[in-house]
Amino acid sequence: MKTQTMIEEEENMTMNIIRKGKGELFTDPDPDHARAFFQKKSRKMINKSMTLTKAIETFVHDGDYLAMGGFGGNRSPIAACHEILRQGRKNMGLAGHTTTHEFEILSAGEVFDRVDAAYIVGLEARGLSPCARRYMQTGKVKVTEWTNYCISARLRAAAMGVPFVPTRNLLGTDTFEYSGSIIIECPYTGKKLALQPALYPDVAIIHVHESDVYGNCRIRGILKSDNDLARAAKRTIITCERLISNEEIRRDPSETTIPYFLVDAVCEVPYGNYPGNMVYEYFSDEEHLREWLKAEEDPEVFKEFLKRNIYDCKNHHEYINKNGGMEKLLKLRTIEHLLHKEAD
Amino acid sequence: MTTNYNPMELMICVASRELEDGSTLAVGTGAPCAAAMLAQKLNSPNLAIMFEAGSVSPQLPEMPISVGDSRASYKAIMVSTMGAIMETCSRGYVDYTFLGGAQIDKYGNLNSTYIGGTHAKPKVRFPGSGGANDFGSFCWKMMVLTVQDARRFVEKCEFITTPGWLQGGNSRYEAGLPEGTGPYKVFTNMAVMDFEPESKRMRIISINPGYSVKDVQHNCGFELLRAPKITETQPPTEIELKILREEVDPHRYVIGR
Repeated sequence: MKTQTMIEEEENMTMNIIRKGKGELFTDPDPDHARAFFQKKSRKMINKSMTLTKAIETFVHDGDYLAMGGFGGNRSPIAACHEILRQGRKNMGLAGHTTTHEFEILSAGEVFDRVDAAYIVGLEARGLSPCARRYMQTGKVKVTEWTNYCISARLRAAAMGVPFVPTRNLLGTDTFEYSGSIIIECPYTGKKLALQPALYPDVAIIHVHESDVYGNCRIRGILKSDNDLARAAKRTIITCERLISNEEIRRDPSETTIPYFLVDAVCEVPYGNYPGNMVYEYFSDEEHLREWLKAEEDPEVFKEFLKRNIYDCKNHHEYINKNGGMEKLLKLRTIEHLLHKEAD
Repeated sequence: MTTNYNPMELMICVASRELEDGSTLAVGTGAPCAAAMLAQKLNSPNLAIMFEAGSVSPQLPEMPISVGDSRASYKAIMVSTMGAIMETCSRGYVDYTFLGGAQIDKYGNLNSTYIGGTHAKPKVRFPGSGGANDFGSFCWKMMVLTVQDARRFVEKCEFITTPGWLQGGNSRYEAGLPEGTGPYKVFTNMAVMDFEPESKRMRIISINPGYSVKDVQHNCGFELLRAPKITETQPPTEIELKILREEVDPHRYVIGR
């Protein structure tokens, strides 16, 4: 028979759940399900280089949940987004973890039908995307609200192999009410904490500066959450500005951000982030990004614009050639390095 | 001597004076970033700016278009992760943040998610929180820089994306948000507001040159409290305007709006 003290101790050990957000969880936060998947994933250090077309065909499927690296057009896998449209992927889930031009492109293809929204629809100082807005206002897309930190924390939890991590944001807001978070009372301090459930995407696409053919990657500049994203995703596609040798990776391992065993495909796509900004490589093509926003105002005009710039292009380089080619790229390199401001 | 300036220039100059040297600030693009740059170039060279994409304490050469672009990490002391920046705020190391939104209510709550219709089928969808809810939850003093307009200053936000004083009184801390944090000041083209310490309702503390208390109230969708002594806002100085126009925003991306 239980004594009164034992009963009290048990009661004290119950975690007090205060409130649950009503947003849908689009992914499974169970770390053992993820571990079972990772257990079977090949650890062989083999040549994974392939064309982007092949990588998207093989690793991105209708209905998959997709998360992309980079921060809103900066070091973002734009070439991969175009290829996803060309291959006509549908019914995907999407992590809107500051997705700007990427979100604009995937909205144009109506690629996704559910979104974890931290930052969507906008392009920061450039304004809002009329196309993304129209799509989000149709009611066809299921939305669960989060914040940028929530999604960082969710990827962190997944990378840690635990079902959630606690944070102190979201409290008191409608962002919480429409999230998939749960508020609990801290068993140590009694404070209120918002739990961020682990986010294991089916597929991550990350654009990096350099990778070897095995998928050992170097990223320069801000990381956003890409270290955790590569660890959390079930499959990871790398697009890189250039391939480098494994010897170069081993010469300075402190530069490696993503190790090969997390990676499924490596695609060399120089200027793969155009018209976005690739830090230390090329600045964003603001003129062309304005053309996008302008074209979106009229759905008929935009249809033609997409045909010309995505659907009729064999690959990303054809798209770049249609929009200024090497001359444009040289200009963007000059702007990136502020060379246009050097004194005569 | 009368100096000519537009409302945006005024708002940026007045807001920038809050950012003292040696303090830390989490900020986005646009007018708030211009205020931070102006402070950094004029009186606060050691103002540490943090951007949610991961940049720590850059020396901005020009206005970033995105908080994750090359300019936002120019001559930074470190480039890190989004988690690292947000956790710096969560630990209590970040003094200020500047935010905006489609709606602000009398308790300084912000809506940047949607207006009209329902959440499932909104009339107008906006970006959502981004990092705003995080900054507004964690930074010690949250400030807002926005145009004074009755459609923007509403009795109650349709959706609270980012917490202000929530329902007023002690509700913010009762909800579990860190003690000592909260909305501090609101800067508009017409006035500067703070929040009455007990009720946490927005109140006028200073009127910008050329406007009256009546003008401000007329362009506000809720009743504003009035501080015991309402002062006149100091207009931009020659040197503030010179740096703002020549160094901070020479292409007039923000001040030309």
